[in-house]
Amino acid sequence: MYVAVKGGERAIENAHALLADVRRGDRAVPELSLAQIDNQLALGVDRVMCEGSLYDRELAALAIKQARGDMIEAIFLLRAYRTTLPRFGASEPVETADMNIRRRISATFKDLPGGQVLGPTFDYTHRLLDHALAQASEVPPAATASASEATFRSVTDLLADSSLIEAEDAQDGEVGDLTREPLSFPAGRDLRLQNLARGDEGFLLALGYSTQRGFGRNHPFAGEIRYGEVEVEFFAEDVGFAVPLGMVSLTECQMVNQFAGSGTQAPHFTRGYGLAFGQSERKTMAMALVDRALRARELGEETGAPAQDEEFVLSHSDNVQATGFVEHLKLPHYVDFQAELGLLRQLRAEFAERAADNQISDTPLQDAAE
Amino acid sequence: MAVANNKNVDGETAEAACVERRAAMAVLAQAEADDIERGLRLVGDGVEFTEPRPVETGLIMLRGRIGGDGAPFNAGEATVTRAAVQLASGIIGFGYVLGRDHRKARAVALCDALLQADDYRLSVEQHVLAPLRLAQQQRRVFARAQTAATRVDFFTLVRGEDER
Repeated sequence: MYVAVKGGERAIENAHALLADVRRGDRAVPELSLAQIDNQLALGVDRVMCEGSLYDRELAALAIKQARGDMIEAIFLLRAYRTTLPRFGASEPVETADMNIRRRISATFKDLPGGQVLGPTFDYTHRLLDHALAQASEVPPAATASASEATFRSVTDLLADSSLIEAEDAQDGEVGDLTREPLSFPAGRDLRLQNLARGDEGFLLALGYSTQRGFGRNHPFAGEIRYGEVEVEFFAEDVGFAVPLGMVSLTECQMVNQFAGSGTQAPHFTRGYGLAFGQSERKTMAMALVDRALRARELGEETGAPAQDEEFVLSHSDNVQATGFVEHLKLPHYVDFQAELGLLRQLRAEFAERAADNQISDTPLQDAAE
Repeated sequence: MAVANNKNVDGETAEAACVERRAAMAVLAQAEADDIERGLRLVGDGVEFTEPRPVETGLIMLRGRIGGDGAPFNAGEATVTRAAVQLASGIIGFGYVLGRDHRKARAVALCDALLQADDYRLSVEQHVLAPLRLAQQQRRVFARAQTAATRVDFFTLVRGEDER
């Protein structure tokens, strides 16, 4: 039961003023600018855009600043903001094959067209704290080398040449949108990927990890991970053609997984897919593992592991929904609790009464036992 | 490619014009408002135009493809700002750009209108598009060169037992 509780306005107002005060912190320390957050905490901005499901670096930086670095709070702010804007439509599907590559690696082929390009990565760093960064420092410019004009053909494309991997069905049908229609089960792969793309990185990471540890094993290889910029196009009715809107940074992960086949189809590799805003490598890898796990039934595999349970995964992946329901527990539940308290007192009274009755009848027995 | 608002020219010319406008929009969409406006000032300060509808910020749903090459799915939204301007001659130009910069969307729309006006096309090309294209090309080349420096060069170790 919900009953409106009045009062506390002054306390709330002052609490918010105190929040603003501690958010700013020591006034002797320079205030953060949005450009600083965007540039120097770029991967945090990427994560907030991803799970906030809104590509806008400046807004994500603002959300991080306002949320004092609490990522889920920042994601919540971005989700709330998007509801204030009208939607003009949907973009043309982005072509990740045409990406301006900043990083592209494959764990399945050493030599592949375009090569292995590491880009800006934490991989192969020693994970030792760099105390030099504690002070402002001069950073020398990164090295350059002559770039070949080679295109970066995707690994799945190379495997497809010899039919070693399943082909995706490129039919452009109706595209499901869970921001418009509530999710129902079973959900198509388009809706599952939309859900995973905005899903909590930690949750997907844990689920992906669980498949590796044996809860729904699907033998993954990181066929390819690429990060870079792609152009976005939007067919604007008034203009009359697909208008280029600018570039967005994306990360894509192609997992190559163990075989499927049938009496009529030769054995071939299967695929799991991850796509996320910004440089979000861990997110896309986890997403691809979970995408593949959720295809278990379609591929005629044994099911029953948590990562294969569509309703469980898709209903709990959204950290804004999750935090809303968990955190609502701290809001006043005074009336609910009074009802529980009343019930508990009554149960205790009944218990005491029964105990008193038993004691009278039990006493002689106890004596006899002794 | 679909073509609209070009009833006075034959189909082929109209299509070529659209290809040109798209190419210009691709350059403008990646530029900063300040840089576009700096170029526009050289084109002429006195260009009169009206705005048939107010500049507006909204969202587009960004789509990817399942597996990178399959059916489309909704990957998440992005902010987009759109503007339309009309020259005294009646020519309408459009600006659609990622983000929330009204000034930029309006500047792009003005460029799009001027590119369709015979008296201005060359001047916009020379003062706005050419410098932007050059700067963007240089940035791309530099980024590609930095990326290329992180390419792994594999070499095979000759193992002792194979030497006999």
